[in-house]
Amino acid sequence: MKKYFYEFSKGIIRENPTFVLVLGLCPTLAVSISVINGIGMGIAATFVLLGSNIIISLIKTVIPDRIRIPCFIVVIATFVTIVEMTMKAYSPALNRALGIYVPLIVVNCIVLGRVEAYAQKATVVNSFFDGLGMGLGFTLALILISGIREFLGAGKILGHTLFKGFEPAFVLGMPSGALLAIGLLLGFFNLIKMRKTCK
Amino acid sequence: MQINIAQLLAIFISAVFVYNVILSRFLGLCSFIAISKETKPALAMSLAVMFVITMSSILTWFIYNYLLVPFNLTYLRTIAFILVIATFVQFVEMVIRKFAPPLYRFFGIYLPLITVNCAVLGVAVLNTDMFFVNGKAAQGSFIYSLFQGVCVGLGYTLAMLLMSGIRERLDLCDVPKAVKDFPLAFVIASIMSLSFMGFNGFRF
Amino acid sequence: MKNNLFVNTSPHLHRKESVSKIMWMVVLSLVPSGIAAAYIFGLSALRVITLGVISAVVSEMFLQLAAKRKVTILDGSAVLTGLLLAYNLPAHVPFWLPIAGSVFAIAIGKQIFGGLGQNIFNPALVGRVFLMASWPKYMVAFTQPMNYDAITSATPLAILKEGRALEKIPYLNLFLGNRGGCIGEVCILALLIGAAFLLIKGYISWHIPASYILTVGLFTYIFGAKALFSGDWLFHILSGGLILGAFFMATDYVTSPLTAKGQVVFGIGCGLITAIIRLWGGYPEGVSYAILMMNAATPIIDRYTKNRVYGAK
Repeated sequence: MKKYFYEFSKGIIRENPTFVLVLGLCPTLAVSISVINGIGMGIAATFVLLGSNIIISLIKTVIPDRIRIPCFIVVIATFVTIVEMTMKAYSPALNRALGIYVPLIVVNCIVLGRVEAYAQKATVVNSFFDGLGMGLGFTLALILISGIREFLGAGKILGHTLFKGFEPAFVLGMPSGALLAIGLLLGFFNLIKMRKTCK
Repeated sequence: MQINIAQLLAIFISAVFVYNVILSRFLGLCSFIAISKETKPALAMSLAVMFVITMSSILTWFIYNYLLVPFNLTYLRTIAFILVIATFVQFVEMVIRKFAPPLYRFFGIYLPLITVNCAVLGVAVLNTDMFFVNGKAAQGSFIYSLFQGVCVGLGYTLAMLLMSGIRERLDLCDVPKAVKDFPLAFVIASIMSLSFMGFNGFRF
Repeated sequence: MKNNLFVNTSPHLHRKESVSKIMWMVVLSLVPSGIAAAYIFGLSALRVITLGVISAVVSEMFLQLAAKRKVTILDGSAVLTGLLLAYNLPAHVPFWLPIAGSVFAIAIGKQIFGGLGQNIFNPALVGRVFLMASWPKYMVAFTQPMNYDAITSATPLAILKEGRALEKIPYLNLFLGNRGGCIGEVCILALLIGAAFLLIKGYISWHIPASYILTVGLFTYIFGAKALFSGDWLFHILSGGLILGAFFMATDYVTSPLTAKGQVVFGIGCGLITAIIRLWGGYPEGVSYAILMMNAATPIIDRYTKNRVYGAK
């Protein structure tokens, strides 16, 4: 049990895909304008991550090594298509908000990275927990960034205004604000890490 | 086929500056941050990406227009496009390995990664979103798709070139340790993105 | 006081003056324009300038202490950044706007790169475009000249952009500063006095301002009107922030190219981008964006215009 918990928890902080591995930044930056978008993208990516991790670890012995990447991509793309069609059917507003970044989960480095670096060598159960943890870590990172951006850039959290009289800095809602936020957050986490190693 | 020059110019400005593939759409950000430490590799990567984007714009347009649309398979767009792109990149990789081994060694891990470079798939998806109306090719959509592919590649190259020049210069500087490399690269990209906003609302 | 790191990346290897002295001289050369602004826009202009300068200096000190670096607030560079930022704001802005701009300019425009001499972008302009993107409504609410309480006088360039057929503003008004605009950009006469001082004393060279202004003039003359070669080039040179930008911001040593050839390329680039944004862009003015874009290109320009070492291939 402890072992599974380890596989699960490593994605959240120690190997957080966004802040430690610095992977999958395109969707992170593009959709993190509001917390709702962030959560939607997080869930979609977690589903794809989980599905492809399980399938790949199941069929890992059958896949020839030389064409493994195309095989992985087909599996991932299948799950993405499922997500795409589900989202179109049940949540068209979210689908519009996320735009081209839904099909682009296919090329999200987190998914391919986990499959390549982990699932193709690990057992199904381990891959399941790895996928779940990584997905959760990704979602949490998205919530953090989109929370900061939505609050500072629109003065709201989940669509609710918090303080009256606070004049939001629109720039945080723009692409350059996303780059700034991620840059400063990465710097901030580096600082914490440096403090820790110094002690 | 009617081609509108103003439309082409609008595509150019929007793809290179306003909706710069990296600084505004965030496609290909991973390679941008990873390879922009020096000018030479950055330029090589940009050329490779530009070539692949242009070719994939052409290929995916044909696939979409003559295969997916007639057979009502547009929901397979994502899978079909990524397969085409992956095959094409594999092919390019083989060619380079055969004819330019130093270049191949130099690209290392990044060449196969062009497959998963979001910019390539992103442009293909964007082209079909923009230039296909109700599942039909809009007038001049092939030329527009091709041109958008080239312009996105140019935008990628521009951002890459500027960033690599800046980061090369920063090598000489005493940058605070906490923000060295990645964080500072993002901050620079942010300022570049701010300045590219100057072209917002461009109308010729 | 001497910052050794500056020497590494700086252009003026043969200069006797210290960096600090140059900075203070540029500050001095901007004083006439400040006096003119106080006359044209009233005390609120002075308030914005004071807030901008003080918050720039304080944030520089705070950040240097936090980073455990040497505190260099007396070298004049933070004063200059705060001053230039304030000059790029309208006179009636909320008190926190120049403060936010200065803090951002110093923190993100300068100290995050390791301080003076290492910043890639002109800090004051980084602050300005940040404010422009964040709180646009305050950044375009200009004070009417010579009428100290009235706000929302559009700048001549904004009027031109909206296509409103207002009566033509006499060139003399543009030259003396009797027009809407940012604090430090309106009085061309005062700016030229400062610029002449810098040029004569050799603190700046003519390459960037000349190529910048000429390019804007030429481009707007050719493409500025419906028919080719009939644009109002003088209007474009005198209006907006071109003179302030060309002489005082594009010429920043740290963020512009080293060689004369590079500087001319830099100036032409600035001029083209400015003119294109003015004529066809969504914003009425493009000076700050143009200079920032060319700042980003400066390392590349340097790379290709560097003087070759004798004997090297």
